[in-house]
Amino acid sequence: MSNYHQKSIAYCFGLMAFAVTGSSRADEFTDADLQRYQQQFMATVAEGRELWISPKLGSNGVACAQCHPNAANTHPETYPKFQKQLGKVVPLWEMINWCLRNPLEGQPLAADDPKMTALQAYVTYERRGVKLEPGKH
Amino acid sequence: MNTLNNSRRNFMKNVGALALGSTLPFSLVELAFAESDQNFTFAYISDAHLQHIKGTRFVRTWDRGLIRAVAETNLLTPKPDFVIFGGDLAQLGSKAELDHGTEILSALNTKVHHVMGEHDYYLDLGEYWEKLFGPQYYSFDHKGVHFIILNSIRTYDDWTFKRWPTSEQRMLEMAGLDNPNGSPFMVGEEQRKWLKSDLAKINKNTPVVVFSHSPLQKIYKGWNFWTEDAEQIQALLKPFKKVSVIYGHVHQIQYNQIGNISFNSVMATAWPWPYPQSYAQAEQYLPKLTVPMNRADPFFDRDATGWQFINLANGRVDLNYTLYNNANRIVRYNTKKKRPEDSAYQGEDARIPPQTHY
Repeated sequence: MSNYHQKSIAYCFGLMAFAVTGSSRADEFTDADLQRYQQQFMATVAEGRELWISPKLGSNGVACAQCHPNAANTHPETYPKFQKQLGKVVPLWEMINWCLRNPLEGQPLAADDPKMTALQAYVTYERRGVKLEPGKH
Repeated sequence: MNTLNNSRRNFMKNVGALALGSTLPFSLVELAFAESDQNFTFAYISDAHLQHIKGTRFVRTWDRGLIRAVAETNLLTPKPDFVIFGGDLAQLGSKAELDHGTEILSALNTKVHHVMGEHDYYLDLGEYWEKLFGPQYYSFDHKGVHFIILNSIRTYDDWTFKRWPTSEQRMLEMAGLDNPNGSPFMVGEEQRKWLKSDLAKINKNTPVVVFSHSPLQKIYKGWNFWTEDAEQIQALLKPFKKVSVIYGHVHQIQYNQIGNISFNSVMATAWPWPYPQSYAQAEQYLPKLTVPMNRADPFFDRDATGWQFINLANGRVDLNYTLYNNANRIVRYNTKKKRPEDSAYQGEDARIPPQTHY
C-alpha cells in the first residue's frame, strides 16, 4: 500500500469518528450552545459575587464588598498596569491577592484557582460596557 | 487581653507623639479662628465600623482609624466645644462592638453627641445604643445655633418588622451597602412630626444645623446615598435663613446647596467608598458642586479616611477635612455665591489628576 492510500484511509476514519461522536464544526454553534455558554459564565459571576460579599474569604470577617460595593473602583479594564507600590506591571489577579493578604488578612489564591476565576468574572461583569484602557491610572 | 490593651496603649502614645510632631494641621486651626469672636468649632468623627472578629479580637485597621481620630481631636487647640460622632460606630450592631467603640471614644476630653447609623441600629433597633448614648433624635442650642440630631436610617415598617426571620439576618441584610435586599433610608413620620414642632419654636434667623447619618438629599439609591423623605425634611427647613445639614454614611467628601440649605458630608475613619459614578451600571446624581476627594491608594490603610473640625463662622459651616495621605481639604461657605466651595480645587482648572474618578 502506498503512503497516499494509508493517509486517505486514516482521513476517512477520522471523518467517520467525527460523524459518530456528533461534534459540529466550529462555526456551527447553536442558540442552545450560546445559552449554555452564557449560563456557565453567569454561574461563575454569581459564585464570584458570593465570594465578594463573603466574610469567610479572608480571616478577619472583612469582605471585598465592604470597600468595593458592586466591585466599584476595581477597574479591571485598566489591567495589566503599573502599580508603583509593587514596582511592576501586574495583572488583576495579583492585585486581588494583595487585597486578600492585607485588608482581609487572608491567604492568596493561585492564579488558576476557580475562586480567583470567579472573583475576576464578577469584577469584570460589573464593569461591562466600559472600554478597555490597559495601563490607565 | 493584656497584650491587646498594652499594644493599644502604646499605639495611642505613638499616635500622640506623631500627631504633635507632624500630622496635626495647626495652620488650619489658626485660619478657622482668624475671623470673629462669635465663631466656635466642633469636631466630627464618623463611620468607624468597629468589627468584632471573636473574643477580644477586632479588625485592626478600623480600630486604628478611630483611635487616631480620637487622639488627634484631643490635640486641637483651641479645644472644640463638642464632638459629634456621626454614626456607624459598629459594623454589625453588637454589644461587643458598641462597647469597644464607647471605650475608645471615652478618651475624648469633650462632650460627644451621637448620631445613629444603620450599622448601629438594625440588630436591636437602637436599644443598646440608647442605653449608651441617649435618645435617637433630639435638639440642643449652643451659642446661638440650633442643633438637631435625626435618626435618618429608619426604613419601611414592612422591611424592618416582617421581612426577616431573625434580627441578626436583618442586620446583615442592611449592612451590605450594595445588597439588593436592603431598603431605602428615611426619617419617617414620627420624627418629621417632632421636627416640625421643634422648629416651630425657633426664630427664622437662628442658624440651624442638622446632623443625620444619611444624606438628607437623593444621590444614589443603590447604595443608600439617599433619604426617601428628603424633600419633606428640606421643606421643613426651608423657612430658615441659614441651614446646614452634615451627614456621614458616604465615606467621602460631598457638598451641595439646595435653596437655602447647605449640605456637607464627613469622612469615615474606617475606609473610603468609591463615588457612585465609578459603578458603571447605574445612574447617580452626585452634586455637580462637589469636587471629589482624591482616589484612594489601597496600599495605605488610612488613605482617604480622616476626621474633620467645623468652624461655625457667622452661622455658616466651614469644614476642615483632615486627610491622612492627601493634602487637607477645606470646604467653606461662599457668601457671595451662596454655596459651599472647596478653598483650593473648586475651579475646573484647579483640579488635580487623582480627583478624576472613573
